[in-house]
Amino acid sequence: MNAPVALPARLARGAGAGQTRAAPVAAGGLDLLEALRSALGALAANKLRAVLTGLGIFIGVAAVIATASIGAGARQQVLGQIQSLGANLLVIWPGSVNQAGVRLGAGQRPNLTWDDAQGLLEVPGIVAVSGNIRGQNQVVAGNANWSTSVQGSDPDLFAVQDWALEDGRFFTAEEARGARKVVVLGATVAEALFGDEGAVGQEIRVRSTPFEVIGVLARKGQNPMGQDQDDVAVIPFWTARRSVMGANRVWARGVNWISLKVEDGADMGEAAEEVRSLMRQRHRLAANEPDDFNLRNMSDVAATFDASAKTLSMLLASAAAVSLLVGGIGVMNIMLVSVTERTREIGLRLAIGARRRDILAQFLIEAVVLALLGGAVGVAAGIGLSHALGRVAGWPTLIQMDAVALAVGVSALTGLFFGYWPARRAARLDPIAALRHD
Amino acid sequence: MLLIETRDLTKHYAAGEGTVAALSDVSLAVSPGEFVAAMGPSGSGKSTFLNLIGCLDRPTRGAYRLVGEDVSRLPPDRLAGIRNRRLGFVFQSFNLLPRADALANVELPLVYGSVGRRERRERAAAMLALVGLGERMHHRPSQLSGGQQQRVAIARALVNEPDLILADEPTGALDSRTGLEIMALLQGMNREGVAVLMVTHDAEVARFASRCLRFYDGRLVADEAQAPAAASAELAALDGSSGAHAA
Repeated sequence: MNAPVALPARLARGAGAGQTRAAPVAAGGLDLLEALRSALGALAANKLRAVLTGLGIFIGVAAVIATASIGAGARQQVLGQIQSLGANLLVIWPGSVNQAGVRLGAGQRPNLTWDDAQGLLEVPGIVAVSGNIRGQNQVVAGNANWSTSVQGSDPDLFAVQDWALEDGRFFTAEEARGARKVVVLGATVAEALFGDEGAVGQEIRVRSTPFEVIGVLARKGQNPMGQDQDDVAVIPFWTARRSVMGANRVWARGVNWISLKVEDGADMGEAAEEVRSLMRQRHRLAANEPDDFNLRNMSDVAATFDASAKTLSMLLASAAAVSLLVGGIGVMNIMLVSVTERTREIGLRLAIGARRRDILAQFLIEAVVLALLGGAVGVAAGIGLSHALGRVAGWPTLIQMDAVALAVGVSALTGLFFGYWPARRAARLDPIAALRHD
Repeated sequence: MLLIETRDLTKHYAAGEGTVAALSDVSLAVSPGEFVAAMGPSGSGKSTFLNLIGCLDRPTRGAYRLVGEDVSRLPPDRLAGIRNRRLGFVFQSFNLLPRADALANVELPLVYGSVGRRERRERAAAMLALVGLGERMHHRPSQLSGGQQQRVAIARALVNEPDLILADEPTGALDSRTGLEIMALLQGMNREGVAVLMVTHDAEVARFASRCLRFYDGRLVADEAQAPAAASAELAALDGSSGAHAA
């Protein structure tokens, strides 16, 4: 091969003196596309290594997303259950009673009356009130029978608890006053007694007293304590008092609990305080006596549940973040190995004109690409895992897009952070020593 | 204007307690288009000289002007720019990137010189054709012979249209015949106007230069012009004789 050399015109230049070109200006940098291609090429050269290192990031990101989804799903479920009790709900339970110096336990003796409930309507901001009693009873329809909570309430109950109708109607104030024998069934009871047949217009018996079914409630599901809210049969309060619960001579007007609805937009805390003070007044409590009732603001309960669910989410997410950190250390380790292995390459690149920041950028980009690839697969796996947990284990999961963005951002930052030191080491190499490196 | 102009170029290295003078007070001038060989035993300072001329290192003392510009005190990144535009490097062990094909290897200096992708492709391809590897542009180094790899390296050194090629034992890893081919290639490039500074310990190889520098103990001890042997003629003779044997 007698290479006949003929240089192109632009390379050929007179051997004569004085030929100069414009002095070199500060060299430009690598364009990003080129750098990305180069980084992918370098990673592809060591596929197994790249995959194993990316796995660390992958597991971290997938774990962050899956745990965030589980946490958010659990939180949403609990909040939904609390919401299902009714919005803006206040509930009053009997408290401990001081009787001749003997303190009885809470609820030991009923001390709330139907008149207390009605009286509370005077409090500004209270839009609906229901006094309630409840007992476990067998209900019978034809051959079918079912044991359920038979609840005597005021017609406002449906407004207080945001009940909707599946079929039929609620009972009216007139029916309530007249202690009519009508019943509105929860969905569970309606189904147990009548199956797919329409329940409205049928007759059921409670303690051999016949009731006409006038409505079926829309399904609500479980409450936060895990009870089925649809396993109930609601009848007018005075019907319950007279025909079902049996006469209680001592406490003929007593209720088990009172539920109240506060006007939308009103301050729940303020309304609760006013209710409390009116109740104290009605019960003639002296200033130094404790309340003989318990007042629950359900939005406080919701906030408590929410806070604990948030704490749980944070715990899960930080456990996942630790695995991301471990993944980052893996990236750093592999980048250090890569810099050592490619010392000659770095020397060559420096010799032909790469500046330190070009080398720094090259290895940083490589680390970030590695971490981001792991992160991207991790996002897919995390979302997949969330769905799978939702389907298979039945856990409520809710994909958090901010957690996804955070995980991707954090994996890029992980690459940047853990890639910086190896890249800096590469950029600081002495070109002569690097070229001689074995 | 002179290509290289050094005055009292000196390089000391820290070694244990004291310092070692790797190069002492070298003053010389090289015109554009010369073919200079630097000879000497190992430790004579010829490699230190090459590193200083190649802007890979900065002198402890003394001045160095490259195409009229004093480059002896420039910061590392400015030196990188000078290396990128003015110089081309050829190494004994080729130093090609193993996972890149011949074309991508030749393109590399243009990448750091911010040349657009299409122009890079064209210039690198033209340069590979020039060194006789137009058919092997997409071969990786592992798929090329030693001589072919060194041709790729020479194409890479030339692609930025440098003023000076620095060759460090360019034939050291090659058999004598392939070495002769590489020298013919370098002589051909030199004829077209590119200056060459070649470091070698092999007198056989130094014959092809038009000027020979001899180093000893860090000093330039001889600087002689010489009539260069013609590598292509020797190659033709070799082919002729081996052809005769075959016949």
